Amino acid sequence: MAKMTKHRFRSNTLPAVTMVGPVTLWLAFFVAIPLLYVLVMSFCSLDSGYNVVFQFTLANYQRLLDPNYVQIYLSSILVAFLTTVICVAIGYPFSFLIARTQSKHKALLYMLVIIPFWTNSLIRIYGWRSFLGANGPLNQFLMNAGLASRPIQFLFNRGTTVLGMVYCLFPFMVLPLYTAIEKLDQSLLEASADLGAKKAATFVKVIIPLTMSGIFSGSIMVFIPSLGYFFVADILGGGNSDVIGNLIERQFQSGNNWPLGAALSIILILITLLLVKIYQKLGGDMDSLGV
Amino acid sequence: MSILFCSLVYLFLFLPIGVIVVNSFNATTTKPYQTWKGFTFDWYGKLFDNSTLLNAFGTTMAIALISTLLSTAIGTIAAVGMYKYKFKGKNVIDGLLYIPVVIPEIVLGISLLTLFSNTHIPRGMLTLVLAHTTFAIPYVIFNVRARLSGYDNSIEEASLDLGANRITTFFHITLPVLAPGIGGGALLAFTLSIDDVIVSYFTNGQVKTFPLKVMESIKSGVAPDVNALSTLILIGTILLVVLTQSNLFKKKK
Repeated sequence: MAKMTKHRFRSNTLPAVTMVGPVTLWLAFFVAIPLLYVLVMSFCSLDSGYNVVFQFTLANYQRLLDPNYVQIYLSSILVAFLTTVICVAIGYPFSFLIARTQSKHKALLYMLVIIPFWTNSLIRIYGWRSFLGANGPLNQFLMNAGLASRPIQFLFNRGTTVLGMVYCLFPFMVLPLYTAIEKLDQSLLEASADLGAKKAATFVKVIIPLTMSGIFSGSIMVFIPSLGYFFVADILGGGNSDVIGNLIERQFQSGNNWPLGAALSIILILITLLLVKIYQKLGGDMDSLGV
Repeated sequence: MSILFCSLVYLFLFLPIGVIVVNSFNATTTKPYQTWKGFTFDWYGKLFDNSTLLNAFGTTMAIALISTLLSTAIGTIAAVGMYKYKFKGKNVIDGLLYIPVVIPEIVLGISLLTLFSNTHIPRGMLTLVLAHTTFAIPYVIFNVRARLSGYDNSIEEASLDLGANRITTFFHITLPVLAPGIGGGALLAFTLSIDDVIVSYFTNGQVKTFPLKVMESIKSGVAPDVNALSTLILIGTILLVVLTQSNLFKKKK
């Protein structure tokens, strides 16, 4: 028997290596090493010609405390928070309705949430800008209806940035919520009703706790990306409501200060790690973030 | 009441798409192409004269196809391998897999930019394919893994006992069982790739994908031919997904 086990172990080594080897190498080269580069770069200096030189400095981290930057971090976190709250507030009842509908078009209702995302996200965000713009349909309508005498400036503030973020990230809230709500055991709800609980009590004491996992994974999938979606803040916020992603993007493109951009990215990584840790503490399943 | 609420949510989701489709028929020829000047089909014709736009679209499709093939192949065998074998460092691989999924895309983008720049790999098609494959692999693995839970290993052992080798067993036993998960993962990889803005923005060099072309044109106003192409892409993807999904549903039954 012992011999058998040893034989099986030996014969499994080659297939295990051939199957898991490629992904290991890939992740090492294109995920782990690049992030190490970013970490190292965040401690590097710039020479007079804006070239990155490997000379240790904490200056990039000191610059992160610049009040102008701190203001943007706070504004970005506020945008992320508002986006998440709005996505839960709209997404929860919406997911509940489509997950528990008796309609035979249930699958279609679900697909209709995903279909918009097959059109390029930039152009859809631009669609919002056209819609809300000075010459856009909304202003045309308001002026024709006599509700406005000249075009109203809807665009380029924190509100429109949040609108764009909610728009881009809404499905990432709905999908985990839908999964969690669909898994709800009908008999538990009936038991709650049989035992005399009112609908509201059943909702708060049974339904919400059982679907909390969906709320958690949805919130993670909405909050974190919204810190980085610089193009939404560009197109709909017009520079008046930047997110942390805008700061990073500028350092790597026009600003040409990669070490500072790297240090800013480290902040974003730390926020992500912190939120993921909290998510795991609350019992969140990592795999449900990716399906 | 609930129907009204759901309709409003769908209206919210489809409104900008309506704007794109309507603007693709807009006869306006002056920037920023936002004032309605009457109905025309012209842009759908002019689209085929716009070679830079068509090239960008071709580039996007090529990158999506190659990165989908790569990520699906690597991800599928990795998911099966990680499910079947116990080995040291499995947690590390799992941890690395979650990074591209949870980290803001911009961090993945700049980290790859830093890598390519430090290793002097010229940015272009190659780096775009590498980048897209990287963010797609975890999604393929999670999808295949979801299909693997509850997978009965004994049918593979039966196949091996009956004299089939490992490779035959993989292609004839393992793959067919996992097909829906692989299909779902590949579809996700493809759609993530054609829509990707942020990671491509940092890894493209001089190569322009369709989303990057759109980004470039936003400053001066997106031309109606871009809207026309977007409309065609939307119709194309809907057809593609209706065809593939109906197949997937059949296999599940």
